[in-house]
Amino acid sequence: MKKISWLVVVAGLAVGAAAVVLTLLGNPSNMGFCIACFLRDIAGACGLHSAAKVQYVRPEIIGLVLGAFIIAVATGEFKAKAGSSPATRFVLGGFVMIGALAFLGCPLRMVIRLGGGDLNALVALAGFVCGILCGVFFLNRGYSLKRAYPVGKAEGGVLPVIMAGLLILVLAVPALFKSSTEGPGSMRAPVIAALLIAAVVGALAQRARLCMAGGLRDVFLFKDFKLLYGFVAIFVAVLVGNLINGTFKLGFELQPVSHSSHVWNFLGMALVGYGSVLLGGCPLRQLILAGEGNGDSAVTVLGMMAGAAISHNFGLAGNADALNEAGELVVGGISTAGKVAVILGFAVCLVVSVMNLPGKEEKA
Amino acid sequence: MKTVDARGHSCPIPVVMVRKAVTAEKPEALEVLVDNQCSVENVTRYGKSQGYSVDVAAEGADFRLSLKK
Repeated sequence: MKKISWLVVVAGLAVGAAAVVLTLLGNPSNMGFCIACFLRDIAGACGLHSAAKVQYVRPEIIGLVLGAFIIAVATGEFKAKAGSSPATRFVLGGFVMIGALAFLGCPLRMVIRLGGGDLNALVALAGFVCGILCGVFFLNRGYSLKRAYPVGKAEGGVLPVIMAGLLILVLAVPALFKSSTEGPGSMRAPVIAALLIAAVVGALAQRARLCMAGGLRDVFLFKDFKLLYGFVAIFVAVLVGNLINGTFKLGFELQPVSHSSHVWNFLGMALVGYGSVLLGGCPLRQLILAGEGNGDSAVTVLGMMAGAAISHNFGLAGNADALNEAGELVVGGISTAGKVAVILGFAVCLVVSVMNLPGKEEKA
Repeated sequence: MKTVDARGHSCPIPVVMVRKAVTAEKPEALEVLVDNQCSVENVTRYGKSQGYSVDVAAEGADFRLSLKK
């Protein structure tokens, strides 16, 4: 069990290196990759929310899905299936996004932020572990969203086709989409570079089954460290990249696109960890599975986009630390509505967990 | 011989199902049905960690794993 899976390590190092390169090419600091942030940007570009600073059709998301799709087809692993509690997955995807945007990042960005010296991500990691333990508690008692069934190939291809369509539209008629002129949504790596790098990362993540939540989950469930090596490899690659570039900055306050409201960094990522275990994978893994033909993961991704829209339309997302006009620190964080939404997310996860235990099914 | 039908389930559920069968009955041999390569790899890894030898055979779009002590 403790034999190192070098494919996972190589994939992790490549993802970390890609994140560093994408930041050098123009993406926001400590945000070379962030599935939550980038889905949120796409939701904004499509007019699903109107937060002007986070609207952009991120080629990274398109590349990840298409890269996973192409490698899955090439290796015969593309299998169209669906039907494992899709509505529940939509809702869970939404709350995972609300938790991620409270912290300001998905589990992948949490690791990338850690590699940049952002200690808020360490607080979030503690929360993430606690959330995963909540999910593992129910997995050990037989929790399952029930089986999926084979479906037509067209069903399995829905998210890859949506992504390909989005790419064609944004290249052919860019004026269709909203586009940030300031803030994180305006900070971009060149389209072709972002697309190609993400496609390679998507293919590697598919082959290595990379999953941020799965790494810790499998350690707690089976003492299986395979996926955790990927998690560690991403951190090491990003850390080394930041040290080489001189962009490593250790501390809590005024880190790039982050806040130092510890309780909500902890709880936001705890919700992401719990929800991700209930879904069977982190936001990155959901994109990859959707590329492999999993319709349930495609629904989850759409749920995450809906969650992003709700987050910004109802003011639930975190606000970054900032300096006021006098140069004093204004600690960011989330609104009261955001706090209520995160707590509601835990309640929803708990209900989903209990309702999907084997005993409940038999009584139904 | 006991067969665990984990078709349609994504990881980690197939491994959880196999673990339940292994810890409850400690069988000398066990068959497991899964429908994706990721589950094949994970169940194989788990089986080997519990001292089983694992043979994998493709059955149409599915896979049959034979675990033996």
